[in-house]
Amino acid sequence: MATEHALTPSGYIEHHLSFNSYPLQQGSFWSIHVDTLVMSVLLGILAVGLIFWVVRGATSGVPTKRQAFIELLFTFIDDQVKNIYHGDRHKFIAPAALTVFVWVLLMNAMDFLPVDWVAAAASAIGGEHVKWRVVPTSDVNTTFALALTVWLLMILFAIRAKGLGGWIHELFCAPFGSNPIIWPANFLFNLIEYVSKPLSHSLRLFGNMYAGEVIFLLLGLWAATGLTGTVAGAILGAGWSIFHILIVALQAFIFMMLTVVYLAMAEESH
Amino acid sequence: MDINFTLVAQAIAFLVLIVFTIKFVWPPLLTAIETRQKEIADGLAAGERGRAELEQSSKRAADALAEAKQKAAEILALAEKRATEIVEEAKANAKAEGERIITGAKAEIDQELNRAKEGLRQQVSTLAIAGAEKILRKEIDAKAHAEILTSIAKEL
Repeated sequence: MATEHALTPSGYIEHHLSFNSYPLQQGSFWSIHVDTLVMSVLLGILAVGLIFWVVRGATSGVPTKRQAFIELLFTFIDDQVKNIYHGDRHKFIAPAALTVFVWVLLMNAMDFLPVDWVAAAASAIGGEHVKWRVVPTSDVNTTFALALTVWLLMILFAIRAKGLGGWIHELFCAPFGSNPIIWPANFLFNLIEYVSKPLSHSLRLFGNMYAGEVIFLLLGLWAATGLTGTVAGAILGAGWSIFHILIVALQAFIFMMLTVVYLAMAEESH
Repeated sequence: MDINFTLVAQAIAFLVLIVFTIKFVWPPLLTAIETRQKEIADGLAAGERGRAELEQSSKRAADALAEAKQKAAEILALAEKRATEIVEEAKANAKAEGERIITGAKAEIDQELNRAKEGLRQQVSTLAIAGAEKILRKEIDAKAHAEILTSIAKEL
């Protein structure tokens, strides 16, 4: 980062944690994060496209190694869903789980790209002050988008399974009972549940990926302090990267499992 | 943490990806896997059937072999029995034939003997008559004395 202004820790971190924001209209809501959107859509097309490419040539005979790998993934997801959801999972939940898993996994995996290389590439292509955050899941917009979509689907599933009346009935009569005296308690309980589900769902993923990124940045800062820092930063950076492989896969898996669990729970009646 | 329109865009992207997966990715893979599973199950079942059939047919073959052996032994025993029977029969026949021949020979001998006796008797009677004629010196009327002559001849 050869810049004309001095390299300060706060400047460094701020630069790496800023989005490439593009205002659509007036107002802070009406802007988009170009980097998040471009990266996530590219990765989504890559993830689903790769699977689609393999699936198009899928044979029921002896599979190629490529197909075998995709089938491994397929069976893994399918087994997870099978254990949780007992309806016709092939119609929606299982394919949705596959989408969530591969997409989130790839988005998380962008954390492995060295932060400074990405920044350098962005500067080289777009100019000195172009910012580019490469991990879409460390943007709270992405995780909220996914979690809220799942949340809306959850409500949709609940209404579809129980009817609108049944769903409203459950809002007031579960989990404590249908006595009118405890309707408020039931409703409050359900309200908390409905609010906490998307919050925990999205913030868990966001927090993990954001923290991972910040730790990479701190190690990068240390590396800039001299020879000791460079060596220590490199070693710790490598260690954190290796550990991060686990986090990336685990968070993608957890996000998928929670998606499946929430959608499955929505169809169950209390 | 600034929430902005990115959220909406991401949600749309998410839904599009899900729909794409549901429409184009999941079903063909599911079909391929389920078809293969069925084929493998069928193949295993066919293998099992083939094995059972092989077992059964080898058992049948062994049964047939044992039966054939038994039959052969039976036939052999029967043949042996028949052979001894034939030998016995032949022996009996030979014996009977021999006895018949002996009997015939004996009868013939007896006949011959009788004939010889008869001839002798005739000659003796003739001799006797001739002697008597000589004694009486006269011709015996054969007709007149026929009764006497036959009784003499019989007594001889």
